[in-house]
Parts: sequence; structure tokens; C-alpha cells
Amino acid sequence: MKRGISEVSHNLWPVASDAPSGAPGRAGPRRDGCGSGGAGSTSRELPFAGSDSEKASGPSPERIEHLERLALVDFRNREGVARLQAAIEFAGQLRAVDTDGVAPMASVLEDRCLYLRADDVVEGSCAEALLQNSQQTVEEYFVPPPGNITLPKQSEQGPVPKS
Amino acid sequence: MLGLSLREVSAALKQGQVSPMELCQKCLSLIKETKFLNAYITVAEEKALKQAEESEKRYEKGQALGVLDGIPVAVKDNFSTAGIETTCASSMLKGYIPPYNATVVQKLLDQGAVLLGKTNLDEFAMGSGSTDGIFGPVRNPWSYSKQYREKRKQSHHRADEDSNWLITGGSSGGSAAAVSAFTCFAALGSDTGGSTRNPAALCGLVGLKPTYGLVSRYGLIPLVNSMDVPGILTRCVDDAAIVLGVLAGHDPKDSTTTQDPVGPFILPILRDVSKLCIGIPKEYNVPELSSEMQAFWSKAADLFASKGAKVVEVSLPHTSYSIVCYHVLCTAEVASNMARFDGLEYGHRCNVNVSTEAMYAATRREGFNDVVRGRILSGNFFLLRENYDDYFVKAQKVRRLIANDFVKVFNSGVDVLLTPTTLSDAVPYLEFIKEDNRTRSAQDDIFTQSVNMAGLPAVNVPMALSSQGLPVGLQLIGRAFSDQQLLTVAKWFEEQVQFPVIQLQELVDNCPTFSQHEKLGLVSLKRNLSKTKDWRYYGESKRKKLGPCRTNTFSQIKIKTNFTSHFGF
Repeated sequence: MKRGISEVSHNLWPVASDAPSGAPGRAGPRRDGCGSGGAGSTSRELPFAGSDSEKASGPSPERIEHLERLALVDFRNREGVARLQAAIEFAGQLRAVDTDGVAPMASVLEDRCLYLRADDVVEGSCAEALLQNSQQTVEEYFVPPPGNITLPKQSEQGPVPKS
Repeated sequence: MLGLSLREVSAALKQGQVSPMELCQKCLSLIKETKFLNAYITVAEEKALKQAEESEKRYEKGQALGVLDGIPVAVKDNFSTAGIETTCASSMLKGYIPPYNATVVQKLLDQGAVLLGKTNLDEFAMGSGSTDGIFGPVRNPWSYSKQYREKRKQSHHRADEDSNWLITGGSSGGSAAAVSAFTCFAALGSDTGGSTRNPAALCGLVGLKPTYGLVSRYGLIPLVNSMDVPGILTRCVDDAAIVLGVLAGHDPKDSTTTQDPVGPFILPILRDVSKLCIGIPKEYNVPELSSEMQAFWSKAADLFASKGAKVVEVSLPHTSYSIVCYHVLCTAEVASNMARFDGLEYGHRCNVNVSTEAMYAATRREGFNDVVRGRILSGNFFLLRENYDDYFVKAQKVRRLIANDFVKVFNSGVDVLLTPTTLSDAVPYLEFIKEDNRTRSAQDDIFTQSVNMAGLPAVNVPMALSSQGLPVGLQLIGRAFSDQQLLTVAKWFEEQVQFPVIQLQELVDNCPTFSQHEKLGLVSLKRNLSKTKDWRYYGESKRKKLGPCRTNTFSQIKIKTNFTSHFGF
């Protein structure tokens, strides 16, 4: 690897640009059928894995919007979507593993009994300390903006790639 | 002084050769001088000095709490510390001051340790370079070492002007840099996919990942609940054992800690390795492994064999899927764990007041960086109802296969596995950032994360310097809850390889001078210590064979420089 001092500004922290879109680096080979429902075990149709053209261009706008609603974070730009695409392709490699008859493992301590404390109150009364960290409080309440107003559609929020 | 081991400095404190206040002040001034390393996010100067003062009073009364009393330590910034800002290197928690201490932090403080500050990391511990936090990347102290510079035939620069510095590895890079640069004697990191062992390897330190369930996670801001473990970074194996002895044990506040009695973690000196069986997993010999690392790995295996241990090749057949499996499980758990950051009860909150959901979305948009958001979105994708079985449950099944691989190997008579920790030695930052975070993590975690999936203990032991003069380390993996045995083998290995100490004298040429009296004081301390029985731990019999933490540079100190290097005493 070349290690010459390259011509960058002597900023202590050169800002890394957004990840290169597309290329997933060392990800496994692109798999057809990646993302398509259950590799044949079911015949559900997913909006994501629809036509070849959609596979090529990435998740559909509905899918993107759905994920943004669930996660309450945004993709922000094309690179964000490309990153998801790369992550999904990368994860598709799992299909190659034969897991027939294997039970899923949720924790390495599954053989042990979960420890439960006795149902006695031993600590608490720290409302003041907890409220201090919040930016908007009224008496002992955390104050959010009004609820039951749905998030506006993506088109009203910001730039999102449309296929 | 600052390069001594925990036991030695503790002895020095007990004998009154140095006081906790002096030690603390030395460390604090060194932190200021090495600020360009960017290892610390928050330095809790006043609190530390107060703790040192209290420790001093205890020593004066002869009531020291233990080996850790008065010892300066650092803690990674994703552990909650009461009254000290805890940010996880993220805008989301900037300005957040927890009202409580993490259990591991509390245990250290209860033993009298002096908490110097919180160290830098990748944002929310996601990354393998300690480059993606909002406070900037951490620099590897070895970039400024004599060993590295001589190899590069560099002319003398002022330390902070070199723009081709090396990464520390991640995500506990700040902790690693802090210990490696002698600003503290031990540091806490966290290990989810190798985040303690990776920087330990690149910074030439001992990085211990205890068994999952041995050390409490209460107060550690979680990344992946089923894989996170607090990690320990020290300069020698014995120190790591001491810290583990303090931290291990059941915690009523963490239901995933074992209730079985644990410890003590006193390491016997292993003299005979003929009963030991070392396993070499053949699938770890990947093409990306640098030939130099491969050579070191072989050399280590040969070392064990030459001393009588049984060295066998073993197979962990599902190794090639471990990264993918980890990727799915990690993003899924991250998606869940990051859901708590909504700006309402703590942390950053944006100004949007249209609706709750809009406020949450905007807060999270502002608070998280690309890496975190990317993982949250991927995780949510894998957890969608239609994808749940295909991705998440499938990954859980693969996890069992991977864990079973290890169980099979250990049941076949292998005691400890020997593997590389990283693909190569430390790379320059400018090189590292050419690929994105996910790619780098997938590349760099390859040897370390399957251990997290199986919940096993593992330790990085620095072995030697590469052809570039940079540290190279090897990983030892043990059976679950066999941390003591693992560390015993690690200690034997450390003793055999005699890893050299970093020489950082040039770094501090501009430091304030130390008085002649101080220099003499340090010299006589060395002589006195040689008479104490603590030297037993180092070198089996020969005094001249200094222990791994010690430096041979003592003889190389150029007394004509005004400054008695912190590093060479």
C-alpha cells in the first residue's frame, strides 16, 4: 500500500466524503433472488424484489417510505439508499447456509435460568435527576409536541430518490 | 513511572514513593500534551484530583482499598458516568450527563481508582477504526513512536503536523490510545464484534473480551444486547486479570450476568505447557491476511509446539458466514436499541414542534450520523414481517451453527484457539477512509466477531513489531467462563514473546522540564522496586529479563535531555 503523504489540507480531520454508492466492497457475489420472498419456500411477492429493473434500481419508493416511517430516520440521499441495497445484497449470502432442523439462537446463555429480582422496591424517588436531562418538562411531565398527527409524506419532507 | 504495571505502581503508592495526587497530575499533564491523539472526549480533571486526594488520605492512614486504589484509569464514552458527560461520540447525546454510574465504573470507583476521563470512539461504537465519531478520529500513538519513524526514515516533525498518522482501530480506539500513550494504567472499552481486541492489536496492548455474562453491562449504552461485553485494555496480561477480578461477578441490575461464583483471577505462572492443546482454525487463513501476519501466526504456533504443547489444526466450518450473520443480527438489534433516542427524555432534541413523530424524525435525523442511520434502516428492513424469517431468524440459526462449531472444537480436547486478531498492522487514516464504514467493519472484524456470537472469552496479546515497526497481536480464544485459564496461557505467551515497549521520547521534546530531583527519585524508585517481591511476576528467575510491561529503554534514556520521558522513566 502506498503511504506517501498525500496532498490534503493540514486539517486535523479531513472530512470523509459519503460512501461510494453501489460498490459494496468485499460483499459476496450479487445474488439473483436476493430479497425475493423465501427463495422459493413461499410465493409471496415483495415490492422490493419485483421486476429485474427494480432490483437494479434498488428498493421501491414505497419501501423506502415504509422503512423511514418505521425507523423514524431518513435515508437522506441516494447514497443512503445505495447503502441499504448493498447491505441487503450482503445479507443475501445467508441463503447458502443449510439450516434445516436448526433452532434459532437468541442468547448464548439460553441454558441458564434468567435471573429475576425480588419484586421489592429498593430504589427510586429520583424524578428530579431524571427530569434534568430532558429539554422540555413541566412539573414532573416530559412534554412532547402534539401526538396523533401522522408524519407528512416523503415528498413533503425532503429529497428522496424516485425510481 | 507511568509505564509501570498496576502491581508495581500500587507498590510504589503503598511505599510512599509516589502519591496518588502526583500520579494523577502527571497523567493529567500528559493527557494535555498528547491532546493531538484525540483519545479523550472529556477529561474530568477536578473530579479526578478529588478522587486522588481521597486516595492519598487512605494511603496515609494505611487503609488502601486494594491494588487499584489511586490508579488513574479511563473509560470509553459509552459507559454511563454520573456527573460526567457521556456522549457515545454522537450528536444525539452531546451534553447528556447520566444520573448514575455504570456498574463496572462503580466497581472501579469503589476500589479507589481515579477516573481521568471518557475516551473517544466510533459513534455508538459502530466501526472498526475509531474514525466516525463527532469528535474526530483517534490517532495511534505508534504513529509517533521511534520504532515506526525509524523504519520510515522520517525527519523530525513536531508530532501534530504529521498528516499521515495511523488509525488506532476501533471502536475503543480512544481507550487504546490512552493506555498506549501511558496516560492511564487501564481503560475500559466495549466489545461487540472485536471493538476491544482490534484497537488492542493495533496499539500493542492486551485487550480482553471476557465471557458474555461474566461482567455486568448495566450502564453500558447497548449496541447489540446479546453480544456486548465490557472490555479491558491494559499493557500486560496481569493487569487485565487484576481489573477483571474487580469487575467480574453477578450484578442484580443485569439479568444476563451469571449467578455462579466467579474468580478470583489470580494467574499462576505456567511453567509446563505440555498438557496444553492449542487449536489453529484453518478457515481463519483467509487470502486477505497479510503474509507478515501469517508468518507471525505460524511463529506463535511453532513457539507453543517447541515448548511441548500440542498444536492441532481444527475446523470451524461456518466461519465464512459469520460476518454476514453478524451483520444481520447487529443491524436488527441496533434498530431496536437506537429506538430509545427520540429527544424526549434525554439527549438532543430538535426544534420541530409540529407533531411528536415529526419531532422524533427530525431529532434522529440531526442526531445520528450516516453509519448509525444506515444500520438502523438495514435492521428495520431485516425485521419487516416478510423478511423476518428469511433474514433475522435465519441469522439466528446460523449463529447457533457458529456457536456449535466452537463447542465441538473445545469438546474435542482443544483448550485454547490461536488466531490472528487483525488482517495486518495499523494503516494510515487516509488509506482507511477510502472504504466506507460497513465495508471496513466487514473486513476488519473477520477474526473477532464470531467470538462475540458464541459469547466466548478472547484476548489479544501483542506479539512483536512488524516490518514497519508497528505492533502485531494474536488472539487467544477460550471456552466459556474459562477466562482465568485463558489469561494464564496469555501470560505465558506474553512472557515468551517479550513485546517491546513503545518509545515515545521524541513526542514530548517540548514538554515542561522535570526537576533533577524528580529524575533521581524515579531512578531510585526503579532500584528499590527491583528489591521488592513484585518482580517475581516478571521473568521467571532472571532479574535482567524484564517483564513485558517494563521497558528496556530505561537504559536508553538520554539524561541530557531536560525531560525525563514519562515513557522511559
